[in-house]
Amino acid sequence: MSEFWSMGGYARYVWPCFGFTAIVLLWNLWAARRSLRAARLRAGRALAMAASES
Amino acid sequence: MTVERIMWTWFYKLASPPYVYGVAAALMPWLFGIAALAIGYGVVAGLAIAPPDYQQGEAFRMIYVHVPSAILSVTIYTIMACASAVALIWRIKVGHAVAAASAPIGASFTLLTLVTGSLWGRPMWGTYWAWDPRLTSELILLFLYVGVMSLRSAFEDPARGDRAAALLSVVGVVNVPIVHFSVVWWNSLHQGATIVRLGAPKMPGSMLWPLLSMWLGFMLFYGAVLCIRLQGEVLNRERQSAWVREAIKS
Repeated sequence: MSEFWSMGGYARYVWPCFGFTAIVLLWNLWAARRSLRAARLRAGRALAMAASES
Repeated sequence: MTVERIMWTWFYKLASPPYVYGVAAALMPWLFGIAALAIGYGVVAGLAIAPPDYQQGEAFRMIYVHVPSAILSVTIYTIMACASAVALIWRIKVGHAVAAASAPIGASFTLLTLVTGSLWGRPMWGTYWAWDPRLTSELILLFLYVGVMSLRSAFEDPARGDRAAALLSVVGVVNVPIVHFSVVWWNSLHQGATIVRLGAPKMPGSMLWPLLSMWLGFMLFYGAVLCIRLQGEVLNRERQSAWVREAIKS
């Protein structure tokens, strides 16, 4: 098992490589959901304002 | 109904914001689910099952994230430029929404390509960075994404920001073939094509299948994230419409 983690001596390149990939994938999900939530809030506020004006 | 007519009906539907909003919401879980399976298999098989490369040893395993991410970085740019062109030519708002939703995803995968490539370059070439044609054109791709995103937000009027960003996206697409052919046109440190080439791929199946699975997984992952962001971008451009009331209730 330790042989697997050592990646033939390339561990210090292979693991950060896969680690950064995981970070980018998770960031994409998090940032996308956050931007959708913000857009829903803005749209809701715009609707409420239009309703109060009329 | 003829096939042609069905095609046109579908094309017009794609230009309709409420339709796109609904389709994006419905597609997202499917794209995400299949992407998770494909990436899961690709990571396990790529790291543990594929044999080490005869020249690069275990270091070659970085290919499983570097290559799919590199392909995605240029594919997303191409999709962004096409959506921008459609939006400019036919004044279709959904085109701007697709482009705006794609830019941050593309930028993140371009950064990922540069970082994973640099981690692979250190043990193989002896350097994290070189001003090599392939590396430099990929860096320019990152600057293009950042430029498109900043331009969109630089205008008071969002519609003008959309048009300016679309114009830059379309002009910047000249960089895409430069990235792709840089290893052919100039002397490059970077290796040539392994998979997408005339004739058979230069790779045995046990190495190739995990790579194809990662590629599929990354593409579908982009699709899933695009579906989330697209809903938001459509809402941002459609605040006064009646359908929005129904859509944000759910």
